[in-house]
Amino acid sequence: MEAERPFTIIDVGNPTMVSARIAGDRVRLPAADVQQALGWEVHDDLLCRDTMCVPVPPGSALVGDGGVDLGTLAALLDRPLAVDLDERAAYLGVSAGERAGALSSLQAPDFSLPDLDGQRHALSEQRGRKVLLVAWASW
Amino acid sequence: MDLPVWQEIYQELRSHGFTVITVALDKSPEDARPWIEKAQPTHPALVDTGHALADLYNVVNVPTILWIDERGRIVRPNDVAFGTDTFKHITGLTAAAHLGKLRAWVRGEAPAMTAEEARKLQSLPTSDDQQARAEFGLGQWLWAAGRQESAERHFLRGGELAPHDFTIRRGTMPMRGIDPMGPQFRQMLQDWVGGGRPYYRPLSN
Repeated sequence: MEAERPFTIIDVGNPTMVSARIAGDRVRLPAADVQQALGWEVHDDLLCRDTMCVPVPPGSALVGDGGVDLGTLAALLDRPLAVDLDERAAYLGVSAGERAGALSSLQAPDFSLPDLDGQRHALSEQRGRKVLLVAWASW
Repeated sequence: MDLPVWQEIYQELRSHGFTVITVALDKSPEDARPWIEKAQPTHPALVDTGHALADLYNVVNVPTILWIDERGRIVRPNDVAFGTDTFKHITGLTAAAHLGKLRAWVRGEAPAMTAEEARKLQSLPTSDDQQARAEFGLGQWLWAAGRQESAERHFLRGGELAPHDFTIRRGTMPMRGIDPMGPQFRQMLQDWVGGGRPYYRPLSN
């Protein structure tokens, strides 16, 4: 079994360097690193972040060999996970259910993005105005 | 190019309590810069290299437009609209049709959709769409770290998972050293449209 080495977890675009071990196609990392990168506290039978907790089913492979299994964690949270073992990096996205729920509420999801000068603008700054939102690209 | 038209409509309607926000789904601000500088927008003209907007709004191609009202509610979900009639022969859409509806809504002469209509016309992401976006996100991070070959694996995987998502299949072409207007794009388009699938999917009303 390899020693823990640097590994990057990207939480919906935000990267954090943690330490992890790769065994076969599994990525395991210390519970403290999970909390640092993703904000989730791992207990025996619960995953908690802020005031929200998710039960961990009995017999789950979430915790073993002294670490938290990243794939099992993503599956328990119903979140998409893309992994590159060679590059030691993984991207944890947002579930279809969460996105679909937000969109079908019809409350426009807020975002904050930079202009060409790097100045950020949020949709919510336009509250009180009607907005035409246009996604385009040079391609 | 449409950006000058969005700036014009912003100037025309801004006194009615209206703004335009344009978001470029490009690999770097430099790709979007010439277009934005030429249009000289005075509304927010943003750049989204990580496709955060595509993830939040299930945007799968460009151009995609939405209308959002004063309370921050979506009153026209993802639709296709152009500022000019350059692609009219492909899409059957005229720029004037959308601009006319937009003017009427902004001036308060005609309502936008009801919530029921908007929900009926929305297209919501599937698990595969979101897995594809995670693959894109990993690929984009790897590409920005100079790991182009590794990035490509994830871009291609994303395109396999969500073949209708051209923000991934075409939008990553510049990061894969492929001309997004060139023969590989035209082949992709031909295969897609030849299978009876539209490249642009405007709303029916």
